[in-house]
This record gives sequence, structure tokens and C-alpha cells, in this order.
Amino acid sequence: MPRPLAAAIREVSFYSAVLFFVVIAAFPFYWMVITAFKTNSDLYTLTNIPFWFNEAPTLAHIKYLFTQTLFARWLLNSLIIGVCVVAITLVTALPAGYSLARMTGRSGETLGIGIFMTYLVPPTLLFLPLSRVISMLGLQDSMWSLVLVYPTFTIPFCTWLLMGFFKAVPREIEEAAVVDGCSILGAFIKMVLPVSVPAILTVVIFTFTLTLQEFVYALTFISSSAQKTITLGVATDLVRGDIYFWGELMAGALIAAIPVAIAYNLFLDRFIAGITGGAVK
Amino acid sequence: MVAIADKAAKPGSRLQFILDSPAVLGTIFVSPAVLYVLVLVGAPFLLAMYYSVSAYTIYSQSYRFVGLRNFIDVVQDPVFRQTLLNTFIFTFGSQIVGLILGKFGALLLLRPFPGRKVVRALIMLPWAVPVALATVAWEWMFDSLYSVINWTLIALGIITRSDAPNWLGNPHLAMLCVIMVNAWRFFPFAIVIFLAGITSVPQDVIDAATVDGAGFWRRNYQIIVPMIAPIVVVGLIFGIVFTFTDLSIVYLLTNGGPVGATSVLGFEGFQVGIVSGDVAHGAAISLFMLPVLFVLVLVMLRSIRRQEI
Repeated sequence: MPRPLAAAIREVSFYSAVLFFVVIAAFPFYWMVITAFKTNSDLYTLTNIPFWFNEAPTLAHIKYLFTQTLFARWLLNSLIIGVCVVAITLVTALPAGYSLARMTGRSGETLGIGIFMTYLVPPTLLFLPLSRVISMLGLQDSMWSLVLVYPTFTIPFCTWLLMGFFKAVPREIEEAAVVDGCSILGAFIKMVLPVSVPAILTVVIFTFTLTLQEFVYALTFISSSAQKTITLGVATDLVRGDIYFWGELMAGALIAAIPVAIAYNLFLDRFIAGITGGAVK
Repeated sequence: MVAIADKAAKPGSRLQFILDSPAVLGTIFVSPAVLYVLVLVGAPFLLAMYYSVSAYTIYSQSYRFVGLRNFIDVVQDPVFRQTLLNTFIFTFGSQIVGLILGKFGALLLLRPFPGRKVVRALIMLPWAVPVALATVAWEWMFDSLYSVINWTLIALGIITRSDAPNWLGNPHLAMLCVIMVNAWRFFPFAIVIFLAGITSVPQDVIDAATVDGAGFWRRNYQIIVPMIAPIVVVGLIFGIVFTFTDLSIVYLLTNGGPVGATSVLGFEGFQVGIVSGDVAHGAAISLFMLPVLFVLVLVMLRSIRRQEI
């Protein structure tokens, strides 16, 4: 076989393989987009080619979402929950990560691994006792129960992420500040935090996306529509009596998914560095 | 915390003195996180264990100790035995498919080509997007009447409208569907794990092996695979833990059905403990996850520790 031909075949098979992966991964999202903007008569006519618009696209489903459902309320709920959980996570995980990174000897390492391991305790094991705790606190069926519970997985994860980051910050920075008469607390606030802005930003983004992705606790604790998060509301509340609701459902899923998808892709490398932090040094 | 700090400590207020002691400050810094986790993970975890040996339901909140009664009830229930088996099929099926897709995807993304960043972003979508929302999209694609998959198969002449599969209505197909959706969700994660591993292998090691006459497969299986193993193990453990304990895909796609064919431990624990309010039996069902989790955590600890030495 002549070499250019062999090379061409190799190129073609390489790009077909890439295309195969892209189609597998992205088709459901393409499907969301196309469904969200199709008219109902287009969606539910079996003779139509489903992959493209057979009738003019419509904004009716999105309009319906914002006027006839609690979609806007769910967006707001998710935003409030996200902001509160981010605040709680930062306040607890920043000092904890720093302390664990600077602890000498085995104890810091062991405590760090111990905290991280709690990230592996699944919601499906904890939701029974936690739902009792929440009803004892009078938070049942309230979005504030999620503000209380979500830090149980964001704190371990972010502490671990920050611990890895602070280990890379040279001790000389604080030592210089301490020699200049600063307290250790002062050195942490004035010297270490400013150089940690990229890590803090990563923690903010990931905490927020983790709260948006969470489904099990929201499903367990929240039953009234007005208290639901965006993920829970779209997945469980948009189903109406008849079967013709897919346009609204896909429009809702799409709007909720876009910001998470973008944020995730931008910070993916840091996320992977965090999750494999123990293994890659 | 900082060795030199002791010399710099100035006599001041008592509070100042405390804040300048590295040991004290370190403890103060770490305690909010530790307390949060102890109170809302540690204590509930113990409570879950106690529920499983009590007679607690939301209708009769009795902490009366009943020994292993709940576990015996649960194990004697054929629905539960089916659930336990389903959980293993679901977990291993989707992890194997996910790992194979992940390995091939990583090999593709390793090579630079125009548009690689865009391709990577698109391939990451299943992992990035909230799983509940993606599952709803799959539910629509598996719709009994308007399934786009069936439409395509019919258009290609592979099947006819009359024998089009009812994806979520047939027990075997429904299991295949939840496995595929979960594998689909996890394969981008497997790709990034493999990529992180492969790119962490120093190029000069690979070059040296090539010079010594190692071919593609030998480089792959005798150098790269052993070197990336710790990272892949950690990634795989995350995948298994989150799959083994998940309920969202099953809950949204099949609701455990048809007739329990896709019920998994997390889902069954939810049905019994939350929906039916039988907290004690629900806790007993959920606790069947523990042995598997325990083994996985041990493997993970060993993997992390070995890397440090």
C-alpha cells in the first residue's frame, strides 16, 4: 500500500473514532436543544424526521417554563442554596486545609485522609438519619435543610483540594511575615490568602456545581414545589397529567445544565488534580 | 506551623499569645471542618447503624432494640435479593463499559489535533451536567412511542414499527438502559483519569524504553499501565462508590421497574425507609452497602499510602 494512502486511512479512522465519541457524549444534549425549541405538533408526529426542525422553531416551551411553572423560583432557590453552601464551605475548609497542610508529621496527613474519606460515605446511607435530624430541627420540606446538609460533602472535598494547594505555597512567605512582627493568623490572612485566589475560585466553582448536581438529598428532604432546587424541580415537577411535556422538560434541563457544563469544563483540570491529589504528587 | 514563630511571639494579651501558638491555632483552624463532619456525617452514620437494629418507623418512633431481626426480614425477601444482585450487575456492567470507553477516549485525546479543546469539552458534557437532568433527556430518548433511537433503527430498516423495543418496559432492556446511561455518565471521568495518569508518566521513561527496543504494546502494558495504576485505582474507586450507592438514574429512568428488575440498594433503601417510612428496614437495606464500601476504602488507603513512600 502506498504510504500516503495508509496515512490517509489512518487519519480517517482517527477522526471517525473522535466523531463517534463526540456523538455518544453530546447527542443527548443536542436532543435537549432540538426538543426545547420544537413545536408540539413537530415533536409528536412520527413521520417527521426527528433530527431537525420540520416546522419553524418556537420559544413557547421556554415561555411556558417562566410563566406557568415555578422554574424561576427554582433557579432562585438553587442560587441561594449555592451561595450559602459556598460561604459555609469557604469559612470551614480554608482554615482546615491550611492547618492540615502545615501540620507536621503523620497526624496532619492522617486527619486529612480521614476527612476526605467522609466524602465517600454515600447520601443513600445517610439520608435516613439526616431526615430525622432535619425534622427535629424543624427544617423538613425547606430548602434550608439543604444548606445545612450540602456542606457534608463539599467541606471534605474542598478541604482536601485546598490542603494540596497550600502544601505548594512556600512556608517562607509566612515566615517572612512572622519575622516582620505579624501573627500567624495575620500572615495567613494577609500573605497566604491573596496568593491563593485561584484555589479559592476553584473551590467556589466546584462547591456551586456540586450543589447544583446534587439530587438524592433534595429528593429526600423537599416535597413542596416552591422549595425545590432547579435540578429536582425540573426532574420531578414538570411532568403534567398528559404525556406532551417533553418540550418544557428539555428546555428546563437545558437552561439548568448550560452554566454547570461551562463552569465544569473551565475548571476541570484543577478538579482532577484535586480528586487524584493523593495519588499524583 | 512555622518554626520561627516562637521567637517572634511578643508578650501581649492572653488571646494574642494563644493565636501565636502554632499547635493551638492549628487545632482551632481545623476544628470547624472536623466538627461539621463529625456532627452531620459521623453521628448520622452511627444513628443509621442503630436504626437497622431497632424497630423505628416514622409512625412509631421506638428505639427498641430488635437485634438482627430487620436484617433477617430483609434477606428473606426475594425482592431484596433481586435488588442486591441488580446492584452488582449495574455497578460492574457500567464500570466496565465506562473504563473501556475511557481508555480509548484517552488514547484519542492524547494526540494533538485541531479542535481538540472543543472535542474535549463536548466529551466532558455527560460528567459535567447534573445527572438528573441528563437522565431525563435519556428517558425522552427511550420513550415508548417517540424514541429517537427506535425512529433511527426503523429508518435504517433494522426493525419495524410493530416490533420496536420498549426500552424501559422490558426487564432486560431496562437494565441495559440504566447500565448504559451510567456508563455514559462516567466515561468522561474515566477519560480524564486515564489522561491525568498517562501525562504524568515522564516522556524520558517512555523514550528510554523505546530506545531499548520496547514496542507499542510493551510500552503500554509494562511501563505505562503499572505507572498509572494508582491514579486509575483511585478514579475507579470513585466510580464504583458513586455507582454502587446511586439512586438517581434508576429513580428517574425506570423507578426500579419493570417489577423490580432495575431496583438497586440505594433506590430500595429510599423506597422502604423514606417513601414507606419503615426507617429500620430501610437502614438495614442501606447498610448492605457497607462491606463493599469498606473494602474499597481500604484499597484506596493502600493506594494513597503506597504512593507516598
